Amino acid sequence: MSMATLTAPSAERENYLNQEYGIRSWLLTTDHKRIALLYLLSITFFFFIGGFFALLIRLELLTPAGDLLQADTYNKMFTMHGQVMVFFFLIPAVPAVLGNFLIPIMIGAKDLAFPRINLLSWYLFIIGGLFMLYTILTGGVDTGWTFYTPLSTQFLDTHVVAAALAIFIAGFSSILTGLNFIVTVHRMRAPGMTWSRLPLFVWSNYATSIIQVLGTPVLAITLMLVALERIFKLGIFNPQMGGDPLLFQHLFWFYSHPAVYIMILPGMGVVSEVVTCFSRKRIFGYKFMALAVIAIAVLGFLVWAHHMFAAGISLYAAMIFSLLSYFVAVPSAIKVFNWTTTMYKGSISYMTPMLYAFGFIGLFTMGGLTGLFVAALGIDVHVTDTYFVVAHFHYIMVGGMVMAYLGGIHFWWPKISGRMYPEAWGKLAALIIFIGFNLTFFPQFVLGYLGMPRRYWQYSPEFQVLNVLSTAGATILAVGYLLPMVYLLWSMRYGKVANENPWNAAGLEWMTASPPPTFNFDQTPTVTWEAYNYDELKEVPVER
Amino acid sequence: MSDRAPAIATHSPELEHHFSSLEQQLEASVMGMWVFLITEIMFFGGMFCGYMVYRYQYYSAWVAGSQKMDFRWGTLNTIVLLCSSLTMALAVRSAQLGRRKAIVIFLLITILFGLGFLGIKGIEYHGHWAEHQFPGLNWAWPEANSHLVALFFSFYWAMTGFHALHMVIGVGLVSWIAYQAWKGRYHSAYYTPVEVVGLYWHFVDIIWIYLYPLLYLISHKHISG
Amino acid sequence: MFDLPLWPPRASTTAGSVDALFIFLLTLCGFMALAIFTMIIVFAIRYRRRPGHQAEQIEGSNALEFTWTFIPLGIFLCIFVWGAYIYFQERTPPRGAAEVYTVAKQWMWKFQHVEGHREINELHVPVGRDVRMIMTSQDVIHSFYVPAFRIKQDVLPGRYTVAWFHATKAGTYHLFCAEYCGTMHSGMIGDVVVMEPAQYEAWLSGGAALGSLANTGQGIFQSLGCSTCHRFDTQGRGPNLVGVFGRPVLLEDGRTVIADENYIRESILIPAAKVVSGFKPIMPTFQGIVSEEQLNALVAYVKSLNPPPAGAAGTPNLKPPTSQPETNR
Repeated sequence: MSMATLTAPSAERENYLNQEYGIRSWLLTTDHKRIALLYLLSITFFFFIGGFFALLIRLELLTPAGDLLQADTYNKMFTMHGQVMVFFFLIPAVPAVLGNFLIPIMIGAKDLAFPRINLLSWYLFIIGGLFMLYTILTGGVDTGWTFYTPLSTQFLDTHVVAAALAIFIAGFSSILTGLNFIVTVHRMRAPGMTWSRLPLFVWSNYATSIIQVLGTPVLAITLMLVALERIFKLGIFNPQMGGDPLLFQHLFWFYSHPAVYIMILPGMGVVSEVVTCFSRKRIFGYKFMALAVIAIAVLGFLVWAHHMFAAGISLYAAMIFSLLSYFVAVPSAIKVFNWTTTMYKGSISYMTPMLYAFGFIGLFTMGGLTGLFVAALGIDVHVTDTYFVVAHFHYIMVGGMVMAYLGGIHFWWPKISGRMYPEAWGKLAALIIFIGFNLTFFPQFVLGYLGMPRRYWQYSPEFQVLNVLSTAGATILAVGYLLPMVYLLWSMRYGKVANENPWNAAGLEWMTASPPPTFNFDQTPTVTWEAYNYDELKEVPVER
Repeated sequence: MSDRAPAIATHSPELEHHFSSLEQQLEASVMGMWVFLITEIMFFGGMFCGYMVYRYQYYSAWVAGSQKMDFRWGTLNTIVLLCSSLTMALAVRSAQLGRRKAIVIFLLITILFGLGFLGIKGIEYHGHWAEHQFPGLNWAWPEANSHLVALFFSFYWAMTGFHALHMVIGVGLVSWIAYQAWKGRYHSAYYTPVEVVGLYWHFVDIIWIYLYPLLYLISHKHISG
Repeated sequence: MFDLPLWPPRASTTAGSVDALFIFLLTLCGFMALAIFTMIIVFAIRYRRRPGHQAEQIEGSNALEFTWTFIPLGIFLCIFVWGAYIYFQERTPPRGAAEVYTVAKQWMWKFQHVEGHREINELHVPVGRDVRMIMTSQDVIHSFYVPAFRIKQDVLPGRYTVAWFHATKAGTYHLFCAEYCGTMHSGMIGDVVVMEPAQYEAWLSGGAALGSLANTGQGIFQSLGCSTCHRFDTQGRGPNLVGVFGRPVLLEDGRTVIADENYIRESILIPAAKVVSGFKPIMPTFQGIVSEEQLNALVAYVKSLNPPPAGAAGTPNLKPPTSQPETNR
């Protein structure tokens, strides 16, 4: 769709959407809000590609025999599903779209610290994305998203180097976004916007940025070494030549475990904003909530080897990593308790974003609690590399992050587009997604404990009933994901015009026009209030 | 971009529209470079980590590989880089004092040192290539543990190669700010790019300070005694 | 017509202890989830927005925060200890376990019993005996997974990894490869046939055994000329291998390693990597000369040069010079 059709309401003041027109004004923009929209388009595109792969996977698994796809094709499907969803949707989802749009506004800045680098991030993302598309269109890659050696380096002749390069480049996009956020939060806050007044959305994106900046380069060099090993036939991770495949796993998970927190922390930030707004309350335990995200970011770097309990690491290393994994579970628990308590004695309305927040808390709780199972060494040996783990991380990443992302998109849609989304459709979609999600992934917990390994193209017949349930759920989920795309597009032209603050929410972003002007505020605001000052905001009934 | 910031255009021309002061702009840029350098540390850290693991596992192969390094070239290159850091620092100092000619001269010397480093590295690379010490493409090792020494050389080429790539980028950046300085873009109130590129240059230098002993000197005691 | 199992068969001692912790966690986490969901639903209904109802601002409560920091932490630590205890048992094979050497390759499982039997994609074991799997891979990483035993261990190329189990119930159980290993990953499956001891003995004597694995290893040892240097006295150019297994070995560079299966394996393939103190690195590599199966036989042979610990079965004792207890790894 052409962005030029995004005309803001007629007879309206100048804003970031209508200030300039034409494709050039978008592709060369340095406005963080426009870049956020560029990201929104690109990641939506990749989300549906990854979703298409997921659907094919689920259809193949409808029957125990490998009948719909070839074995190699199936392997490519789950590989590219993982790579596209992790690196081209989940990691950029909330930070690069909502974070990009909101962080400068929330702290009262005119833009991110480095607007041109922000645009560069998007271009890197697109170049990485083009490499990924090249990989997909020219035959795909079947390493698994984890690239485990020596399989990926010595035994496959698919487009491993192109895929590694795609992720390498997209990784630098992620690093530069993180760098921009860190400097912005440190240096660009408006007068009076102290650290203890930052919205938790900013805190959680800040914590995410730390991980992006520290973790991503390690993945980058690891994938580079994999590529070099393939190109020059080196032996860095090849046991036949003295290399150590476990070293690869350590390096890979050193990034890819913290990456899990890249994929959930920003979602936690969204939920904190939504829950407070629709409960009309300050967040319960602000300081602990802020500390918890930082604790997760830091502890998240110390638990990577819990992906390797059955991989052949030493007994005592495994014990230390299990112990640390339980430590990182504590701040996650704190967050769930605080959100729940925030609702206590609130004034709760069930608008679409709040429904997504309910869904997030519930599904994240499930994902987190099953995390206690997989962190327990004895159980992990049985369930690792089975559908139990698949279900566990989909509860976090899809149940958690995608719910939060959609909740956030709905919550800030009036701010982004200047229009309201249709509330009834919004609620319906949220409900469909919640039901479809649980039907898809809950049976996978049972499958996993039964022992069905992941990445199986064909399986033993006794697993069929649960797989059929899961596939049925995936179909419902697909409908649920298509709906918002349709009605959000519709609302850009036909939606009710949104005022400055349709939710009567707290936060600087609601104190400027919808959509905001190019420099966000006509005057740099001076902050004199704490975050979530719902006690000072007059309560107006939200229109249904 | 000029049409977008009429309200602030009265300020210094170097001030970008979204900053409120030059000071804020400098602080942000310097901090940005520091954060970037942290990611660079993690990037090289991955290779250093792999190097250390294998050095522990295959110590004798590491010594054998390291003995093929010419420690005189390595030392010379270390000195060259240290000198380049000095001239870079002097360039930043000149920028603070607003001495245009001095900035340009020091930056040009820095470039020369940088190119000198790359030249010496090229000579070394050529020697290793000629002696079939490039694993995969051109590898022959007459002694024992061929594939383990190949592992050492894999790390040697990867680590010094990525370092050299950073040097090439560094020379490009310094050339660019030298050109800008020559045009008189920098003065004592605005020299952010010089400072930021300087940070990068010192960082690349420091990486070499770690590469030098790890690659050239670990077997030194075996040579002398 | 529905075949819908909801719980995997429980056929090893480990399975019982894993299930116990799992059921405990199910109860605990089920309760926690229920409590949280109930709170959310109750709050959402009780404090719904309606005319005349105002939110009541609450800043937070340090007491509550500390409560829900430290009580979960305490519970988590208990779970950790319990899980680690099971893992410790899973990773510590008991002494005197019967040994089965395993070679995984794309996409099949090959088993070598110490008695000399070989199997592909099928593993026969008796009820009531500890079995220790000594596993390696010929190509990529695989993973030995028997859901009914609740055990899983990645099988890596270039080294041995070990798993053990004690089957408790006769029957045929799934064997899966659990680490993605290429095209036919999902075809790398097999059966673990657990038999009553009497039937197992019958099965053992039924098959055409080719002599024990150690005997095979002895043959390879001689035909490759290993015995010219590794003599059973102190005159050899290589170390005397009698009684070496399981013992600490002082290396040329001053380090000490335990001579376990992995050390023996590495010393055959990369002899110069860890040279025994007092010897020269003159041994040629056997990489590409011996197959993984032959390597297993050689390792079994070197191990057989030790006196067996009490209760071990099947390993012929070729040379009993010193009594050295087997070290578990």
